[in-house]
Amino acid sequence: MATLELKSLRKTYLTEEIIKGISLSIEDREFVVFVGPSGCGKSTLLRMIAGLEDITSGDLLIDGQRVNDVEPGKRGLAMVFQSYALYPHMDVYKNMEFGLKLAGVPEKERSEKIQHVAATLQLEPYLHHKPGQLSGGQRQRVAIGRAIVRNPKVFLFDEPLSNLDAALRGQMRVELSALHRKLNATTIYVTHDQVEAMTMADKIVVLQKGVVEQIGSPLELYHHPRNLFVAKFIGSPPMNFFSAIFQNGGHDGSSVQLRDGTLLHVPVSPPDILPGTKITVGIRPEHVELAPASDDSGVVEVIERLGAITLVHVRCADGQIIVVQTDGFTTLEVDTPVSLKLPPQHCHLFAPDGLAFEACRRHPLAA
Amino acid sequence: MQAVLEHSAPKGASERKGKRTGLLLLSPAVLILLVWSLVPLAMTLWYSLINYNLIDPTLHGFAGFSNYWYLLTDPDFLYSLLHTVILVVGVLIISVGGGTLLAILYDQEFFGRGIARVLVISPFFVMPTVSALLWKNLMLHPIYGVYSAMMRAVGLTPIDWLARFPLLTVMMIVSWEWLPFAVLILLTAVQSLDSEQKEAARMDGAGPIAQFRHIILPHLSRAISVVVMIETIYLLTIFAEISVTTAGGPGVASTNLAYLIYSRALLQFDVGGASAGGVLAIIIANVAAMFLVRSVARNLEV
Ligand SMILES: Nc1ncnc2c1ncn2[C@@H]1O[C@H](COP(=O)(O)OP(=O)(O)OP(=O)(O)O)[C@@H](O)[C@H]1O
Ligand SMILES: [Mg+2]
Repeated sequence: MATLELKSLRKTYLTEEIIKGISLSIEDREFVVFVGPSGCGKSTLLRMIAGLEDITSGDLLIDGQRVNDVEPGKRGLAMVFQSYALYPHMDVYKNMEFGLKLAGVPEKERSEKIQHVAATLQLEPYLHHKPGQLSGGQRQRVAIGRAIVRNPKVFLFDEPLSNLDAALRGQMRVELSALHRKLNATTIYVTHDQVEAMTMADKIVVLQKGVVEQIGSPLELYHHPRNLFVAKFIGSPPMNFFSAIFQNGGHDGSSVQLRDGTLLHVPVSPPDILPGTKITVGIRPEHVELAPASDDSGVVEVIERLGAITLVHVRCADGQIIVVQTDGFTTLEVDTPVSLKLPPQHCHLFAPDGLAFEACRRHPLAA
Repeated sequence: MQAVLEHSAPKGASERKGKRTGLLLLSPAVLILLVWSLVPLAMTLWYSLINYNLIDPTLHGFAGFSNYWYLLTDPDFLYSLLHTVILVVGVLIISVGGGTLLAILYDQEFFGRGIARVLVISPFFVMPTVSALLWKNLMLHPIYGVYSAMMRAVGLTPIDWLARFPLLTVMMIVSWEWLPFAVLILLTAVQSLDSEQKEAARMDGAGPIAQFRHIILPHLSRAISVVVMIETIYLLTIFAEISVTTAGGPGVASTNLAYLIYSRALLQFDVGGASAGGVLAIIIANVAAMFLVRSVARNLEV
């Protein structure tokens, strides 16, 4: 149905540059998720695509056509807002009808389309309710229905589920994924919920301060973060980091020395840095291995039991806290001495400039 | 059954006693209100039924409905009624229409908006007599007025506004006084509109006019009905502006009901006829208020 192309888009408010040259291409039927910390410019970028904010410089192409100066209503996009933004004085039917009416769709066709969408979203019983009489989830459905009914080329969502409670959010997430498979429409989705990003996306775009940090599939970001920022941002609980000294390396791996003297041979190839350089080692909580220990290399400080998994916060000899994720059956207790083992194949190394060392072998799911 | 009756009897008595105490405590306030509102009303009703003229004491005695009859068949009364309606409706249209447009304008970002807002509100703080004098002598005076100077400057003959278009001019003066009120109320209403709603409408393909018609106006409807109700109550009794500028003239060209009653009572000293006019004014005001309150109440329900 539609492809999107962003060519070094920039946005300046007064004097401050918020979006600093973003280039991105979005394939037909792709589900793209923008993630990033609060204030990084996700909404601004989405609103620039929608046409609600002017583009300071750069080009925006939809289906190969430059649309920088096209009115939002004429770009063939539909947007679902965080606060739903339903028209409060119109009932559900009229809310969905508004756009069609303005587009000059005949009465009969309008009614057919709305009935069809209402059936898809289970909104039929509420067609003549005002938004004020609906629950949050129902309003969300109406907002989505209002977007679908216009049969847009691209759907834009700005944190659509963030006003819902956890259970409903989970349910709507699954519904949205199912809907996307059914409609097969190109979709751009802004969120700062990790789970939404990981489960729904074909492609995740990680933004920071108006700059793209990495673009890739969810598992690519998880297994091969391009830099420290992405490594910190993707994954929950977040990755653990230690400082270490780079020893030497080649095509088959790099050797590093941790602060306690342990040598690790990690299967990643180093960039052009000198032996003796201070680098950062990262490892995810689910990959660290725990063993009972007699010495005082580490002490359990906090245990969080989540049922299926347990998060163990270990204080190392040098005072640093390392989070370890184990199964739900561990019998460890607070204040127990433990030792940590870092399987080298799961370690990530980051050069002083924050860039990750290239992995010697890509993960099979993130090829 | 017996027990129930016996049990309930004393309770009813004590309840009645409590009620009586309550009434007793309320009575001073109620009495004062009654005296303040009912006595003038009763006196007006009574005067309207007798012959009572201050400069002709020979004319006295019960008049029946002849005061009313005299008034209702008097063309001046019908004119004053018509003028009242014209003034109320005209000022409402100008102040609500202009107020809505200004409210939307003042909601936009522009240089000096803060000062402009203060300026647009300020006429509201000028008392009616003063603003009428300002308009009469400073702005519209055929010789010294600002407008006359402006017209002369472009080679036109100045118009004596208050003599040529008395009712229209009074309407403009009153509108000038009430526009700030409408802007104030409507601006707060415009500002409370969620900007995402306007954006959603833009995404739906609505241009500025469609947005105004389908999003902004429905959002403002409550505020507009409140403005209409409050203004109507005050506009039915416009007096100071007429008294200062035209004194109801020329002839009765700018006499409304309030001014007619005044002129009957205090210029022609016909207390009986003025009272009859007062009673009719009360009836008209109440009918208008009833309709307004109903429509506003319906509007507020949604
Ligand atoms: N109209 C504006 N004028 C000036 N600065 C703005 C404006 N809108 C947004 N900004 C700035 O742009 C930056 C990015 O805002 P944006 O709303 O895109 O963040 P976000 O990534 O969506 O954050 P969140 O996750 O909290 O929604 C912020 O620093 C904000 O202060
Ligand atoms: Mg945002």
